[in-house]
Parts: sequence; C-alpha cells; structure tokens
Amino acid sequence: MSSPVIELMDVVRVYPLPSGDVTALKGVSLRIDEGEFVAIMGPSGSGKSTLLNQIGCLDRPTSGDLFLAGKNTREMDDRELTNLRLSSIGYIFQKFNLIPLLSAYENVEYPYIMKYRKNDDTGKVRDLLAMVGIDENLSAHKPNELSGGQQQRVAIARALVNDPAILLCDEPTGNLDSQTSLQIMEILADLHSRGRTLVMVTHNPETATYADRTITIRDGQIA
Amino acid sequence: MIGNDIIFSLSVRSVRVHLLRSVLAALGIVIGVVAIASIGMMGASMTLSVTDQLSDMANKLTVTPYRGGGGGMMGGPGGGGGSSDDDAITEKEFKTIQRIVTKYGTAYTLRSESDQIEVGSDKGRATIYGLDTEIMREILTVETGEYPKSTTTVVVGPTLAERLNLKIGSKIKIGDPDEGSTTTVRVVGILEERGMSMDLSTDMAIIGSDKLFVGIYGGEGEYDQVNVVVSDLNNIETVKTAIEDELNRKEDTVTVQDSSRMTESITETVSTMTTFVMAIAGISLLVAAVSIFNVMMMSVNERIREIGILRSIGTQRAEILRMFIYEAAIIGIVGAIIGAIVSLIIGYVIVVGMIGSAEYFFAPGSIIYVPMAMAVGAAICIITGIYPAWRASNLDPIEALQNE
Ligand SMILES: Nc1ncnc2c1ncn2[C@@H]1O[C@H](COP(=O)(O)OP(=O)(O)O)[C@@H](O)[C@H]1O
Ligand SMILES: [Mg+2]
Repeated sequence: MSSPVIELMDVVRVYPLPSGDVTALKGVSLRIDEGEFVAIMGPSGSGKSTLLNQIGCLDRPTSGDLFLAGKNTREMDDRELTNLRLSSIGYIFQKFNLIPLLSAYENVEYPYIMKYRKNDDTGKVRDLLAMVGIDENLSAHKPNELSGGQQQRVAIARALVNDPAILLCDEPTGNLDSQTSLQIMEILADLHSRGRTLVMVTHNPETATYADRTITIRDGQIA
Repeated sequence: MIGNDIIFSLSVRSVRVHLLRSVLAALGIVIGVVAIASIGMMGASMTLSVTDQLSDMANKLTVTPYRGGGGGMMGGPGGGGGSSDDDAITEKEFKTIQRIVTKYGTAYTLRSESDQIEVGSDKGRATIYGLDTEIMREILTVETGEYPKSTTTVVVGPTLAERLNLKIGSKIKIGDPDEGSTTTVRVVGILEERGMSMDLSTDMAIIGSDKLFVGIYGGEGEYDQVNVVVSDLNNIETVKTAIEDELNRKEDTVTVQDSSRMTESITETVSTMTTFVMAIAGISLLVAAVSIFNVMMMSVNERIREIGILRSIGTQRAEILRMFIYEAAIIGIVGAIIGAIVSLIIGYVIVVGMIGSAEYFFAPGSIIYVPMAMAVGAAICIITGIYPAWRASNLDPIEALQNE
C-alpha cells in the first residue's frame, strides 16, 4: 500500500580531516514509507545529524545511494538538490535557525517567495503561523525578540510553507524546556496524523514515543 | 522586480544593520569619486578656457630672437628677456619681416622689460612694453582715458591698475632707485581686460611709446619681438615658412611661433598634469576598494551561519552571490551618488575660483567626468565585492550551519 519516500542504500559518509578521516556513517541502509513518523535515536556523536543531513540533501554520500520519491540524488547537481530542499523537504533544527534579518512572518514567507517568485497573497503564511500559535502581533517580531518555543513554532511554519513531502527534525526540542517541548511535539504529532512523513532525530526516549518506529544508530551504523 | 526582491531586501537590511561600517566604506568611494571628478572637471575647464582664449590668436604669429631649444612657450613678452645685443631682433630683420608680411597682413615691433615700479609708497614689479603709438591704437582698447601721446605718459592693464589702485593721472616711478635713475610716468588710460595671450599680455603691464622705452632702457634699433597679424588664416603657414626661410637661412636667428603650438603645448601641459593628479586620485579609489573588500569579507564571515540557513532551506548559490554583490553595489552606488553631488559642488567652487566663470564647468567635456567617476567608483565596488560574494556562495551548507 505505502511506497518508500526515502530510501538509503549502503550510505557511507567520510569526513576527511587533517587528523585523519572520520567515518560518520558506515554503510546505512534504510527505507521510510510515505506517512511514516520515524525517530532516530543514539548517543551523541553517533552520526544522527549526519544521517539526517543526507536525507535532507544538505550533503552527499561519500558512497552509496539516496533515493527520494524514487529518484537517485546522485544524479542531481547542486541546483536540483537546492530546489529539492526548497520544495520537497522541510527542515527543523535544534537551534531554530531563523534568518535574523527577517521578521517571523518574513521567515515563513521566505521559502514561498523563493519558490513562487512572488509574495504570498493566499494567506497561507498567516494561516500557518496561526496554526503553530503565533499571532499577528508576534509575527512582526524579529527572531531575537522571540522565546525559544516561539522561534521553533515559526521554524515549523517555515518548514511547511511549500508543502514538503518530508519533514526532517534534528532534535527539535533539544533547546526547549519540557513544557514547551510537549507543545512542539503535539504540533508535530498533529502533522503526522494528517499524513505528513516525519523523520526526527532525538536522544530523548520520551519524545521518541510519538513516532511509529524508532531506529537506533551507534557509531555510524544502525544498531 | 528588485523592488520586492527578498534577496535585495536582505542586502539592504545587512547594510543597515552595519550602518557605520557601510558608511565608512562608502566614504572611501565618495572621496575617490570626488577626487577624480573634480580634478577631471578642473582640467577640462582649464583646457577649454585656454583653448577658447587662444582661438582668437589663430591668425597671429610671434617672431622672437632664437634662444636655442626653440624658445619656450612663455619666452615671449613679459619673459624679461631684456634688450641685450645678442638676443634681439634688429631693425634690418624687422624690415625683412615687414617686406614678407606686406602681402598678407601687418607686422609690428614690441619691446619689453620687467622692472621694479613704485606708486606712492607701494612697490611692485610689472612688465613695461614699448610700442609704436599708432600700433597701440590699433591693437589695444582703452577702457577709460586715452592713448599716450608723449614720452611721459602710459596706459596700464586693468589688473595692475586694480592692484596698485591706479587712476587716470596716477604717477608711476619706473626703475630701481638703488641701481640708478628712475623715470616717472603718468597714467592716461586704463586698458580693457585682454586675458592671457601669446602676442602681448597687457593685463599686468605698463605700455608706453617706443621713445619712452628706449629712453629708459636704450636699445635703439632693437626689438624683443615682432608680432605678425595675417588677414587670411590660410596664409599663416606660408608666412611662417617664408620668415623662417629668409631669416634662418644661414643659422637660426629667430623663432616663429603660431598659436597652435602654444595651444597644443598648454593643452598638453594641462592634460599631463590632470592625468597625473587623477592617477593620484585613483589611488584613493584603490584604498576605497581595499576597505570595501574588507567590509564585504567581514560581512561574509559574520553571516556564515545565516548563509548556511539560507542554503539549507533552498536558496541557490547564485542567489547568495547576488545578495553579496547587491550589498557591495549598494555601498558603491550610494557612495558614488553622494560623491557626484559633492564633486559638482566642489568642482564648481574650484572652477569658478580658478577660471572665474562657470561657463566651461557645464561644458559636456567637463561635466562628463561626474558620471565617469561615478561609474568607476561603483564598478570598483562591485568588482571588489565579487570575490567575497563568490566565497559566500560556495560555502558548504553543513559547515556553514555548524559555524558559531
Ligand atoms: N562537518 C564535520 N566535519 C568533520 N567531522 C564531523 C562534521 N560533522 C560531524 N562530524 C563528526 O561526525 C560524527 C557524527 O556527528 P553527528 O552526525 O553530528 O552526530 P550526532 O548528531 O549523532 O551527535 C562525529 O564524530 C562528528 O565529530
Ligand atoms: Mg546532532
């Protein structure tokens, strides 16, 4: 019934460093179906972020293949991968990563403008901000005037603005207190319930319980 | 398109966030543009003004004693050549010139000497010309008063009159009392302004009759210069060659100059000077370029993480490149515009101050330096911004995101 949106085949990622090569991923094969909510767990430094960056096309495998919606990303150039990040992948980071020069509203609108080459006149940005609980007054603020929880809500709205097939979250609650974490997880769970494919890195077993499936990584390999 | 371009608005905001830094960088461009534009305009205005003044000299030739090396361009009247035996034009030579010129126009002689003068208690120096009284009426225009008739009366140039507060009836004592006798003359007329000229520069001079001149300095039958006025411009070259052929047959005894040489020579001097000074001004643009480069590198380094964010959410390399080029361009264009305004003001003040009229300032050949300097300034900014922008656009998204 469900088809693989994400498929990794024997993905290896080596970071060449002057002090010697670091193999962060040692041949990871993985298949994630449409609509799944997968949690990736593992100790710090085990390669979780490296894996998520591979899925998010921020990086290329040293060897091995990554298929997104059936297409091999190896054959894509930087331009195509960038377009994939713009339109098909939503990324949520531990450090929120909002653009400091833009207001909350503009942060959410930015990927929309990049994709459609025009401002949002459909009300989508406003609706998304309302959905994650950012009112109009707050959306005029710059990121540094918002709390961590508010920034992460804006980041979720931004990740969703181009209706991506996949939502990737790298420790989305890692910088938040437990109360706020809960609210953020509720939003993510809600997105999942509406059919979105989610991949979330976490080292908190409690947040992992929201996922359908948990993959554990140790030392660059799926345990 | 650019109006609601989010990349452009990011560039604008980045410039605004670091306003002081950007303004300082733009200031370099302002200074460079002002320097190049105002120097260029000044040079062009000077050349135009000189060329204009000399164009009514086109039908005139000056014949001066050969002094070797072709005689300097200012070696003529007022040069203080004196009337010593070895460098003077003899009566015989003048007659020869007159014989050649008759067919084409007229020739007249000129004696000149630079000497000390005293008016009341004011001391100064002036050029004293000795001219035929008939010729004087032909070539000089008296603004107030009349032409001198006797050997004790003179006319004076307007600049000298103003400087020494000379009026009709004023007495001038010519000569240095320590070196011998002095001669007192009376001013009977003040000349119209004549400007700088090759044949005769009267604005700062005292003009008396030949008799008066010989009475003071001696030199009967000797002249410092012969001026030739040719009625048909096309004969200038013929007359010049004829005089040279006749008088310089055995050895060089005279130098014949037409105004084209002088125009050329002055234009060349001005343009050499202008180019040289403009090259120095160019260095200020180079300094500006270094400062822009520095500011752009700082901007890139400070925003590495932001670049990582922009790339990670789907911003193309080309757009990052554009963002930083815009930033450099904003600094450059704003600097160039301010520079243009300032240089129009400064250039105007300098040109009016030096030349006395703004007529040449607004001439196309002069005003062209403003857009030219602007273009150079803005282009330097943008070119300087290319490398930092290129670096920014080629950052690895992950490494950029990991940057603190
Ligand atoms: N940009 C990089 N350059 C070099 N080594 C890196 C880089 N990013 C991560 N690593 C190394 O790769 C390994 C995995 O890192 P990471 O994927 O960030 O782990 P996790 O997210 O599970 O904590 C670590 O040993 C880390 O030091
Ligand atoms: Mg990590």
